[in-house]
Amino acid sequence: MSEPVRYRRERIDRGIKVRADTVFVLATLRDMTYLFLPRFLPVLALLVLPFFVSGGYWEKVLFYSCMFALLALSWDLMASVGLVSLGQALFFGVGAYISGGLNHYLKMPIYLSIPLATLAGAFFCTLLLVSVLRLRGVYFSMVTLILPLLFAHLIETLDILGGTHGLLSLTPFPSGWLAMYLGIFAVIICLFGFRKLINEDFGLVLKGIKDDDRVVMAGGINIYWYKAQAIFIAGGVGCFAGALMTHYYQFVGRSVFALDYTVLPLASAVLGGPGSFAGATIGTFLLVPLSEVLRALGGLRMALYGAILIAALVILPEGLFHYIERKYHQFERDVRV
Amino acid sequence: MEIFIYGITNSVTLALIAIGFSLTFGISGVPNFAHGAFYLLGGILTWIFINQLGIPYLFSAILAIIIVGFLGFILYWGLMLRLRGLVINEVIATLAAAIVIIEVLRYLGFSGFTYVLPEFIKGSVQIGKVWLDYQRIFLVGIGIVLILFLYLFTHRTRVGLSFRAIAQNERTAISLGIESDWTAALSLAFGSALAVVAGLAILPLGSIDTEVGYDILIYALAVGIVGGLESVPGILLASFILGFSQILVATFFKAQWLTVVTLAAIVIILAVKPSGIFGKYKELEERV
Repeated sequence: MSEPVRYRRERIDRGIKVRADTVFVLATLRDMTYLFLPRFLPVLALLVLPFFVSGGYWEKVLFYSCMFALLALSWDLMASVGLVSLGQALFFGVGAYISGGLNHYLKMPIYLSIPLATLAGAFFCTLLLVSVLRLRGVYFSMVTLILPLLFAHLIETLDILGGTHGLLSLTPFPSGWLAMYLGIFAVIICLFGFRKLINEDFGLVLKGIKDDDRVVMAGGINIYWYKAQAIFIAGGVGCFAGALMTHYYQFVGRSVFALDYTVLPLASAVLGGPGSFAGATIGTFLLVPLSEVLRALGGLRMALYGAILIAALVILPEGLFHYIERKYHQFERDVRV
Repeated sequence: MEIFIYGITNSVTLALIAIGFSLTFGISGVPNFAHGAFYLLGGILTWIFINQLGIPYLFSAILAIIIVGFLGFILYWGLMLRLRGLVINEVIATLAAAIVIIEVLRYLGFSGFTYVLPEFIKGSVQIGKVWLDYQRIFLVGIGIVLILFLYLFTHRTRVGLSFRAIAQNERTAISLGIESDWTAALSLAFGSALAVVAGLAILPLGSIDTEVGYDILIYALAVGIVGGLESVPGILLASFILGFSQILVATFFKAQWLTVVTLAAIVIILAVKPSGIFGKYKELEERV
């Protein structure tokens, strides 16, 4: 009786990757393109895209995608510290309401209200979450799930900040281009900044806290200080997105605390691959335009995000980005066992 | 007197809502964030059975309970089994499942005054100065029976004990011959079925609104967290604390404060004592 022939799949780094990783002086143009093309092309695409969609309906979609990309990036930063948030709407809403309030009540111009909202919002969110920093895993997630709801209800009940009507007729951007490029540059800076940050010493501590917080504590590092810093950065990014959106729409209402601003960033980060930041960005730039194409479905879009979230969790848990990255760096072959 | 009677009915309502959720998430450690969605789905299925297919009320109710219980079982085998152990992913997946169910129901338009479930017995009775309809009395009765059942079930029967076992220590449970996957799936099925029972008791008091799906989850979460997820006396105590404080707030301030109280209770308890008033098992894993 003969044994059946069996194969196993083997993955090997491409030669060019090995060379580009280890040799510090890049010799050939090919090596350089190999390294820079995947970084350069998306940036170029983002910078050029507004010219193609300007003035139309898709301009709004592009702006919208940038805002969600910022939220997804801030989710991913928190997730890499092990703080899985189920309420990015908290950051978004706090930023939106602070900048809207400053503009509406104090008549602040937008070049003051947006930076102020970013900083003050980040401080506010950090202070809010400092009390629950000791919580781990699912307990932290539950707090973040509840907080945006709490704020939405508080605003409705106390009838402050415009109550159920919201704050209307806020100062718009002087031109659509400014808003668009503010959004795009913010996405690019956050994307590459976060990718750099997570590989610095600071980022290593953050990843360490995610993997095993007690070991990091035993190393004599104050993990709460690091967690607070991470929340401050993530909160700032989320609040900035909220503030931009407020002035773009010239309106802020309770809808900024809605489930959309939680589920979509979450779905895009999970679809794209958590922990890589690039994945979260790719995810949003796939999901947001997709949802606009499917606008005819109306309320079903939320259901669709849910379905995508489930599918991504079950079918491709590593995420799109890690899958593409693997295909780019490695080749596969079947080896006879 | 009014406050007392409404407080009791409100508290038992909360307890009813929380029982199924606590059975899955608290007692056997399987997060079921689709609890509110199942509650809603059960109500709507019953409505369809009665009004579109003409099945008698009792049979439609039983049918809905069985179908949703089975859906809970499928949710475990089809989805959660692949994510088992990654608690966060389990939470995200069930929350996503809840969103899918609720939003599809909303899209199909199952909301508004046409969608009313029949009361068990129509009419009302006067206690002191307060008129109380029979449905609320039934509700209190069902609530008390279910809480007693839950306590006896988790402390006296083999299946109930194994539910608690896999939450405490899954490996030890397996080594003692408890099939942990089977038990977890069963507990999800039980929890979903209990959600429908709660829905059938509570929904006749008003019309069905899809938004309820999210609210129910929050109430269940609130009761579960305040009382301590794995403890039956905790559920009872927490629903009385929350129920009476809601009624007090609604009587002396505005009705909108009701939800704020609930949400604030969750956040405060999570910040101060995440395992809840009666919780014991999980004190080591919940915080550093």
